[in-house]
Amino acid sequence: MALIEWHDFSFKYLGTESLALNKINLSIEAGEYVVITGPSGCGKTTLCRTINALVPQFHRGYIAGDVIVDSKNTREHSVAEMATTVGLVFQNPANQLVTLNVMRELAFGPENLGVPPDEIRERVEELISLFGLEDLRDKHPHEMSGGEQQRVALAATLALRPKILVADEPTSNLDPQSAEQILRFVADLNRQGMTVVLVEHRLDLVARDATRIVLMNEGSVVADGPPREVLTMDICRKIGVGVPKAVELYLRLAKRGIRLREVPLTSDEVARLVQEVVSAV
Amino acid sequence: MIILEDVHYAYDGVYPALRGVSLQIDDGESVAIMGTNGAGKTTLIKHLNGLLRPDRGRVFIDGVDTSTMSVAELSRIVGLVWQNPDHQLFLESVEKEVIFGLKNLGFSDEEARERCDVTLRDLGIEHLAQRSPFTLSGGERKRVTLACVLATEPRVLALDEPTIGQDALQKARLGAMLQAMNASGRTVIVVTHDVEFAVENFNRTIAMADGRIVADGPTRSVLSNDRVIEQCSLSPPQMTLTARALNRLFPDVPTRLAFVEEVESQIVRLLGGGE
Repeated sequence: MALIEWHDFSFKYLGTESLALNKINLSIEAGEYVVITGPSGCGKTTLCRTINALVPQFHRGYIAGDVIVDSKNTREHSVAEMATTVGLVFQNPANQLVTLNVMRELAFGPENLGVPPDEIRERVEELISLFGLEDLRDKHPHEMSGGEQQRVALAATLALRPKILVADEPTSNLDPQSAEQILRFVADLNRQGMTVVLVEHRLDLVARDATRIVLMNEGSVVADGPPREVLTMDICRKIGVGVPKAVELYLRLAKRGIRLREVPLTSDEVARLVQEVVSAV
Repeated sequence: MIILEDVHYAYDGVYPALRGVSLQIDDGESVAIMGTNGAGKTTLIKHLNGLLRPDRGRVFIDGVDTSTMSVAELSRIVGLVWQNPDHQLFLESVEKEVIFGLKNLGFSDEEARERCDVTLRDLGIEHLAQRSPFTLSGGERKRVTLACVLATEPRVLALDEPTIGQDALQKARLGAMLQAMNASGRTVIVVTHDVEFAVENFNRTIAMADGRIVADGPTRSVLSNDRVIEQCSLSPPQMTLTARALNRLFPDVPTRLAFVEEVESQIVRLLGGGE
């Protein structure tokens, strides 16, 4: 059995007219790094909320089918029960910060799970240094910049040591270098065995780390596969998914009859593949 | 014309956010403000419509010191779209949100309604007109706040991270719309972390770090200056990095490229083709 499974799952928020998720069938194995992408409003955030049971336990509405996470049916388990399995980082970090300073914010989750104080202290210190939060230690979350809040929200989620990290555009407020740093860190966690589900529009930042890209449109999954495959599909252009410039370059060259051996995702890959073609001439 | 003269600002008087910022933005310019988280970018644009007032230094709009003007007066000139849409939305339908701002600026019912319709259509969200903003996705809410400000057609448009949560299509549409507004003579100022968005849509980039301006010039040069990139936590556009990687193998490839088409034609040239 996969770690996360959606069986014919549909959901409609109370008070809305159309399905946010429409018959989702999807499974994610332990250890995968899955990037969920698709046009704004396509159901990505709702899909994230189904993994930790916020849908249907907190967000109410019409529901059909099942989501099974770590052998637990989310219809039957509370968000609190899912918290040790799934850590969710919200799209808007300000909506998830609840305490008066960064130290307490990071300790809040593990405290609620009954983690011994010594271990909490250890986890908090580790995360503070990992995320470069030393200067923010005593700062009130609402005095922090958007990017600072986002780093704190991610750190606070990781303090729970979840099996599955679900992150909804976790770097959208970050400057390019901080974003890269956080995503490198997420990729490291994945290599160490954490399952990662990440929503992102800027695929140039995540395509090289992801094992798989799931493309959504209007509540349904419309493509699913390795990044190099999905990103070259016509549907990306059709529904407006921003493929990395390196992939765009690949496609334009192909149209002229210049075939690179594989689809490049980074600038170095482009250079290497171009060199191959040039030296073959 | 906007002039900032040695502007200093500290939150609560103790957390310095701007440490002496001077700049001039002429009418009709398009400017991206980029830089490290916490560099003072948001603080800077909040000075443009008087939401924040300098502790020291002065802000002039069209030659008038803004310390003599109210936020209401300044809002007629400078429209500001906030970073977090949830701080800006409060009514029960998208349409009411847009009309609210227009009526506050003194537009008649009829005119407000018409501007509202046109703006929602321009942004591709006319189908959301009757929806409650709180049932919308993050990206959609962001476009609603944009509509509220665009509908008032301010002479200076200042946007704080407008691309957050926007897919490629929305981003392209937003870019085209800002370029069109700019072409019609409006000044467009945007705070963004998105280097591709900046290089595609803005001629000038101001890079900030630690409450100061580190660089101010053509976007392409700012985003290919390693010292500035490092100091302001930026990264060059992917095609600039690609041009550099190619240059290491083929020294005659110029390093200051920024667009796919430019790199493409270099590769065609390397393969002996030409146009």
